[in-house]
Amino acid sequence: MIAETAAAIRRGELRARELVESCLSRIASLDALLGCFLTLDGERALERAGHIDEELARARQHGGRAAGGTGGLKARGGAPGASGGNQAGDGLLLGIPYACKDNICTRGVPTTCASRILEGYVPPYSATVVEGLEAAGAVLLGKTNMDEFAMGSSGENSAFFPTRNPRDTTRVPGGSSSGSAAAVAAGLVPFALGSDTGGSVRQPASFCGVVGFKPTYGRVSRYGLVAFASSLDQIGPLTATVEDCALVMEVLAGHDPRDATSADVPVPAYREVLGREVRGMKLGVPREYMGEGIEPGVREAVEAALRVFEDLGCVVEECSLPHTEYALAVYYLVAPAEASSNLARYDGVRYGLRVEGGDITGMYSHTRRQGFGAEVRRRIMLGTYALSAGYYDAYYLKAQKVRTLVKRDFEQAFSRYDLLVAPTSPTVAFRLGERTEDPLSMYMADVCTIPVNLAGIPAISIPCGEEAGLPVGLQIMGPPFAESTILQAAHAFERATVGASWRRRGGEGR
Amino acid sequence: MSEVQTGRPVRAGGPASAPGGVAAGVPAGWEAVIGLEVHVELSTASKMFCNCPTRFGAPPNSQVCPVCLGLPGVLPVPNRQAVELAVRAALALNCKVATYSKFDRKNYFYPDMPKNYQISQYDLPLATDGYLEVPEGEGSRRIRIRRLHLEEDTGKSMHAADDIVTARYSLLDFNRAGIPLVEIVSEPDIATPEQARLYLEKLKAIMQYCGVSDCRMEEGSLRCDINVSVRRPGGRAGTRTEVKNVNSFRAVERALTYEIARQVEVLEAGGEVEQETRHWDEGAGCTRTLRTKEYAHDYRYFPDPDLPPLVLDPAWIEEIRRSLPELPDARRERYVREMGLPPYDAGVITASRALAEFFEETVRAYPQPKTVSNWVMGEVRRYLNEHGLEPEQIPVRPADLADLLAMVERGTVNMRAARQVFTEMCESGRPPAEIVRERGLEQVSDESLIERAVDEAIAGNPAVVADYRKGKEKALGFLVGQVMKATRGRANPQVVNRLLRERLGPPGTG
Ligand SMILES: [Zn+2]
Repeated sequence: MIAETAAAIRRGELRARELVESCLSRIASLDALLGCFLTLDGERALERAGHIDEELARARQHGGRAAGGTGGLKARGGAPGASGGNQAGDGLLLGIPYACKDNICTRGVPTTCASRILEGYVPPYSATVVEGLEAAGAVLLGKTNMDEFAMGSSGENSAFFPTRNPRDTTRVPGGSSSGSAAAVAAGLVPFALGSDTGGSVRQPASFCGVVGFKPTYGRVSRYGLVAFASSLDQIGPLTATVEDCALVMEVLAGHDPRDATSADVPVPAYREVLGREVRGMKLGVPREYMGEGIEPGVREAVEAALRVFEDLGCVVEECSLPHTEYALAVYYLVAPAEASSNLARYDGVRYGLRVEGGDITGMYSHTRRQGFGAEVRRRIMLGTYALSAGYYDAYYLKAQKVRTLVKRDFEQAFSRYDLLVAPTSPTVAFRLGERTEDPLSMYMADVCTIPVNLAGIPAISIPCGEEAGLPVGLQIMGPPFAESTILQAAHAFERATVGASWRRRGGEGR
Repeated sequence: MSEVQTGRPVRAGGPASAPGGVAAGVPAGWEAVIGLEVHVELSTASKMFCNCPTRFGAPPNSQVCPVCLGLPGVLPVPNRQAVELAVRAALALNCKVATYSKFDRKNYFYPDMPKNYQISQYDLPLATDGYLEVPEGEGSRRIRIRRLHLEEDTGKSMHAADDIVTARYSLLDFNRAGIPLVEIVSEPDIATPEQARLYLEKLKAIMQYCGVSDCRMEEGSLRCDINVSVRRPGGRAGTRTEVKNVNSFRAVERALTYEIARQVEVLEAGGEVEQETRHWDEGAGCTRTLRTKEYAHDYRYFPDPDLPPLVLDPAWIEEIRRSLPELPDARRERYVREMGLPPYDAGVITASRALAEFFEETVRAYPQPKTVSNWVMGEVRRYLNEHGLEPEQIPVRPADLADLLAMVERGTVNMRAARQVFTEMCESGRPPAEIVRERGLEQVSDESLIERAVDEAIAGNPAVVADYRKGKEKALGFLVGQVMKATRGRANPQVVNRLLRERLGPPGTG
C-alpha cells in the first residue's frame, strides 16, 4: 500500500500535499473522539509535502527522476548515520505521512512522553529514526499519545487524555504505543512509530487489529528514543499490512554510531522475501503461551491461525519455554530498576516542569511528585528499591540471572524451530477503566510479549482473527536478526487469509 | 612547588596544639593510616561520551551538546582515546589491565549532574593491583594502588552563598560535564601527610610523563579525596573519615595534619571517631562534618545498559605498553648514573616531565649536564617560583640557555652578568647574545682597563687597604666589589683578584 502510494506520488499521479491534507482532514474529524495525537504539526507537514511535490515536478520537467529521494529537501544536519544506516532507504517513503510516538525526539516539535514533567519540552535534535524517515521522504504529521514514559498497557496512563480503540471506542487501544496503533487502525496515517519495551508495539497492534513489529534489540537505533528501560527498549513500526511493515523496517534498521548498543549487522532487503512460500518452515508453539489465563476466544483464533500455517505446508509443533512463568517478575524488576535511573534526570533543574520547594531537595520532590503520574512513580519506587544496598543481589541481580534463563529457553527452541508462534495478548481489548485500579491485572496484558524483550529477539503481531468483534493478534517470534523470516511467515499468513470474514470488519472505517 | 607548612599548627578551630618531635604531622605514640582517591582528567580532545571539546576556561555552557547535557533520548558512545589514555595511566602505574571491564551507573541527585547519575566503573574496573614508589629516607616506599577506573566528570555549581542549602540560587556550568576522568585509589599504605604529598607529586609526574593528563590542580584536572584513620602502633585500625574538597598538594598535607591531630585528640580524650565524610575548609584550616554515616549515599550502582562491556584486545594493551615513554624513576636513575647528577637534583628535575625535557634539550646543545643541572635547579626554578609559573611555562628556549652557558664558559660574560641576562631572556624571550651586546655586558678581560679600576680602588680606599695589609683577608672582597662596580660588573673577577693581589702583596705584610 505504502509502496504504491509513494510510487504514485513519484509519478505525479498523487500529490504529497493532497495526501497530507486528506490525513489531516480525517484526523480533524476523528481524533477528537479517538485522542491519538498529542501534537499535530499540520502546517509544517503541508509545507514539506508541497516541497516534495515541487521537487518532483522539477525533476520530471528535466526528464530525470527524483533520484536519491528527497534531494535538497533534507532539512537536517546530515550527521553520519543519520539515514538510519540504510542508504538504499532514500526515497522509499517519498511523501508518505507518518505519526511518531511522543517518546521519540523530533527537533522543533514537542516531545513530552505524555508526561506533565515534559509538557512543552521541545528537543533540539531528532532521533536517528526520525532523521532516517525524513531522508527517505516521509512527512511527520504529529506526535502520538501514549502511556506516560511508555509505562502502561492501555493508553490510560497518558497524563493528558486516554486514547480510544477505533474498533470500539469504549475500549482501550492497548499500550503503551496507544496513539500510534489507534491512528494506523483508524486510517489517520499510513504508518506510525512506536516503542516496545515489554510489548508496547505488539500489544496495541493486537488490540487495534494492525501490524506491529518489535525488531531485534540493536537492530534499530535508540538514539533519540526517550529511555524507559534501556536494555529492553526498541523502536518499531505500526502499519496496516506486513508489506508496509517490511518497507518501513528497511528504512529504520541499521547501525548507528551514536548508539553503542546498535548492531553492526547488514540490513537485508526485507521486502524481497515477501511472497516466498513457507512450506517446510518449522513453527513451535510454546505451550506456556496457550494455557491458563489465555481467553478461550483468543486461543481459538490462534489455533485457527496455526491451521492456516499447516495448510501452507509449515510443520507446527508444540514446544516449551519452561522459564516463561518467571518472565513477568523479572521484567518488573529489571525495567523499573533501569527506569528509576533513566528518569532521574527529570528534576526541574534544566528543562521541563519545575515546582519550587524551598530548597533543592524540596524542588526535586515537588517537581517529581507533580510531574510524574502514579504508575511512573510506582515503578521508580520499585526500581529504586530493587537497586538499593542490601536488596540488589536478591532482586536486580537475581532477575538478571533468570533473564539469562529466559533467553536460553528461546535459544534452545530456535535450535529446533525457525519461528515460534503464540498469542500477542491473553485477551482482546478491554474496557476503559476496567483495569486502572488493579496494576497487576494491567501487567498481565503483557505476559505474552515481555519474554521477547527480555531475550532481545524480534517479534511481530499481526491480526489473526476476532473475538466478540474485537481483533486478536498473532505473535510470531524469531531468533536474533531473523526479521526477514518473521516477515516472510507473517506475509504468507496475511495473503492466505485475505478473504477471511474478520478481515472485512478490520478494513471497515478506512 | 609545594613550600609546605608541614606540621605547623593549623589555625582557628583546630586542636589546641600541634604535636611536635615526631614524623611531621603524626603525634607521638600514634600511627596514621592514609589512603588517597585521586581523580585525574584525561587530556583527550573530546569528552568521554560525546564529541564536545574539553578546553578549559571556555565561557560557561559553551562546550555542551544534547549528550553531555543529558537531554531526553541521548546515548553515550565511549571515546576510544579516553580508554587508551586510561590504559596508559594504568600501565605506567604498574597495574593489571582488565581485558573485560564494564561501565556502571552511580546514582545520586546533584544539580550539576545532568542525568543524576554518573557513568563510572564499579565492580569490574579497568585496572587493578598497581603501585608507585615515593622517596623515604635513603630508599623508597612502595604505595600500592588498588584500582584505576574510568568515569565521566560532573558539571560545576556556583552557589550564590556558601553552599547549596543556604544559597538563594546556584549557577550551573556543564562544560566540564562528561570530561573523562580516571579515579586512582591507593591502598592505605601512606603513613604521613608528607608521604601523601610525595605520592601525589609522583602520581602527577607519571601522568604528565605518559601524556595522560596535564594534572593542573588549580584547573581541577587533578583532584583528591582523603581517607584517614589513626591507631596505636601495632594496634587495631581506627575508624576512618573521608575528607573532601582538598584542592592543592599543600592542602592535602595541611588537611591530613589537621585531621590526624583531631582524631588523636578525640581518642585521647576517651571519645570515638565517627565514620563520616568531612569537608576541608581551606580558609579556616580545618575539617568539618559534611555528612555522617546515616546520611551516606546509597549509589545504587548497576551496569549501564547503554554501554556494552569494555573488551580490550591484549595485543592493543601490549602495544600501548611498548609506547610508554621513560618514566620518572627510570629517568632519575639515568641522570644519576649516566650524567653524574646528585640524586636529589635528579629527583627534582625528573619530578616534572617539562622540567626534565627542558634539561635534556639544554644538555643536547650544551653537553655539560652538571652545569645545566645547576642552572635548572637554581636560576630556572627560582624564576618559575618567583613568577608562580609551572615548568611547562619556562619562558626561555633550551638552545638559548645553552648559548648563555657557552658564553659563560668562553668568558664572554661572567656569572653575575649571566644571571642578569637570564632574567632578561625570561622577560623578553630574546637570545642571550643580543642582550649581552645591547647592554654591553661582555666580560672585560683587558688587563689595562681593569688595572686602571684596580689602581683607583686602592687609591680611593686607604683604610681598607690598611686592613688588608694587617691581615684582614675579607678586605680584599670589598676592593673586588669596588672594581666590579667601577666596571659595571663586566670585569673578569679572576683577573681582578689576581691584579689586586699583585698590587697589594700577600696579606699581613703591612
Ligand atoms: Zn557534549
